[in-house]
Amino acid sequence: MNDVIDKNIKLENNNKQLFNICLRTSSLKNPGSIKTYQSIGGYEQIKRILKNKIDPQQLIDEIKISGLRGRGGAGFPTGVKWSFMPRDYDGTKYIVCNSDEGEPGTFKDRDIIRYNPHQLIEGMIIGAYIMNAQVGFNYIHGEIWEDYVFFEKAIEDARKAGFLGNNILGSGFDFELHAVHGYGAYICGEETALIESIEGKKGQPRYKPPFPATYGIYGKPTNVNNTETYASIPWIIEHGGQEFMSHGVPNSGGTKIFSVSGHVEKPGNYEIQLGMPFRQLLAEAGGVWKNRQLKAVIPGGPSTPVVPANIIIDATLDYDGLAQIGSSVGAGSMIVMDDSTCMVQALRRLSYFFYEESCGQCTPCREGTGWVYRIIDRIFKGQATLADLDLLTDVSKKISGRTICALGDAAATPVLSFIKHFRSEFENFIKHGKSVN
Amino acid sequence: MNLKLKKLIDKELKKYPSDKKQSAVIAALAIMQNDRGWLSKEDISEVALYLDMPEIAVLEVATFYNMFDLKSVGRYKLSICTNISCMLRDADHIVNHLKEKLQIDFNEVTRDGKFCLKESECMGACGGAPLLTVNNQKMHENLNIDKVDQLLKELK
Ligand SMILES: Cc1cc2nc3c(=O)[nH]c(=O)nc-3n(C[C@H](O)[C@H](O)[C@H](O)COP(=O)(O)O)c2cc1C
Ligand code: FES
Repeated sequence: MNDVIDKNIKLENNNKQLFNICLRTSSLKNPGSIKTYQSIGGYEQIKRILKNKIDPQQLIDEIKISGLRGRGGAGFPTGVKWSFMPRDYDGTKYIVCNSDEGEPGTFKDRDIIRYNPHQLIEGMIIGAYIMNAQVGFNYIHGEIWEDYVFFEKAIEDARKAGFLGNNILGSGFDFELHAVHGYGAYICGEETALIESIEGKKGQPRYKPPFPATYGIYGKPTNVNNTETYASIPWIIEHGGQEFMSHGVPNSGGTKIFSVSGHVEKPGNYEIQLGMPFRQLLAEAGGVWKNRQLKAVIPGGPSTPVVPANIIIDATLDYDGLAQIGSSVGAGSMIVMDDSTCMVQALRRLSYFFYEESCGQCTPCREGTGWVYRIIDRIFKGQATLADLDLLTDVSKKISGRTICALGDAAATPVLSFIKHFRSEFENFIKHGKSVN
Repeated sequence: MNLKLKKLIDKELKKYPSDKKQSAVIAALAIMQNDRGWLSKEDISEVALYLDMPEIAVLEVATFYNMFDLKSVGRYKLSICTNISCMLRDADHIVNHLKEKLQIDFNEVTRDGKFCLKESECMGACGGAPLLTVNNQKMHENLNIDKVDQLLKELK
């Protein structure tokens, strides 16, 4: 598998490249400033929309054509979601940008916030215009405090330039945007927990239905989208849905940021044309570090199943390509593991995470994640029996599908996929107290 | 709660409808904690009073969100991420070095009251692994032993 680090490999029928849409200012000087964004045509789309009073339906159609799917993990078509918001509702409507990213391996929204905040802001203004919302929030996780402060300043700059506030650019359209922060709770990334958090409560997800589009912040219609989703909008409106679509592959329109972390030479964010072969992205990230061999990859964050090297190596990175190998795009949080990785230790850490971050509301999740962690910890400490592996699978299956939100499923996924693909390593650990290595 | 803190909280309150003061509770607690390093019982009561909330509702929030501290954490709280992407890049090595050098375990404070070490979940910055934050608001990335030693020296 050493050829994965060969950058000259020829790829048949595929000429996908890195292509910056959401991160398109990142190579410029002062990438995050309003001046830089305007120098590449930033804020021209909202100007054009307001000036010509473009019909929101026409804009939604364009977004539908683009094939843009929610970049927060679930991949729901954005154009469709936006048409769920009641347009003729009488009171305040809200839009929320979800920048809570806390799933291990996810760090793309941070780079949008610090390198291209104004494209996100313009995307939100366009969204507010389309959905006729008056107030927006960008909920940023508290751990990246300096980036939160930077984004507050970006909002201030946009307001001074006349893009936020009352009667924007003399159009009669009002929209106010605020940055708010979390303070250390992964669950607040779940959209209804996030809404609870904005209301000043513990982040415990709500039962759905009703969905946020009918009952969101303070019970008002609310739309929640991921940072990358909103940041894609101005480009789509500028270049047209078809053009965006053509950067990806059918059913996976456009570009997507992959946050590559773990055992690669150059960890970081790579915005790719969807459909790019995995090998190519791995090469872009400098290949497996220290000239080691690839062992496994979690393609989209721990809520997406782990894939062994021999399966991922020929996969393409798009919604269908990853579904075909039994995993998924998720948030594009690609965690690369080399052949020195102990899978028991890796799974133990992930399971501790879900145990620690379960909000405690649903019994299967609250108790189940604790069970799972304790069993894996037992394996790790050499105190387990082979029967514990079946117990582990059994408990995980009993969490999945039995909880209010998808954290339960997310917690079960690594357990089931690690054991499926690396069972012998777990057995070895139980028998000999160590991993294969 | 002094005037400076009230002003900061008032700025947060402006983001929400006037009858929804509770929305500012996370920000208000962060502002209080940032002032003194941790949240005392009195801080909780003062925030409750200021935002017209039951004390228990404020306490609920303060205990739910991991970055709040209800006990003293010394002058510098070092929160180090040990989650998977950081683990794969040897965060444990940094953790062991810190524990040895400071002679404390996680959640303990050094005898001189200067440092506290906390284990943290993913901070959404895994491209810069391994990493830590100082007092929640300053992040240090791509750590190695030298950088950590340098940092400890700079924190007076
Ligand atoms: C436990 C959990 C954590 C989540 N964390 C995030 C997150 O950090 N960021 C995000 O955009 N979506 C997250 N989601 C998905 C959101 O609930 C929601 O689907 C998403 O924000 C919608 O935006 P999109 O359609 O643009 O993807 C999470 C979901 C769950 C169940
Ligand atoms: S795993 Fe450490 S910051 Fe994400």
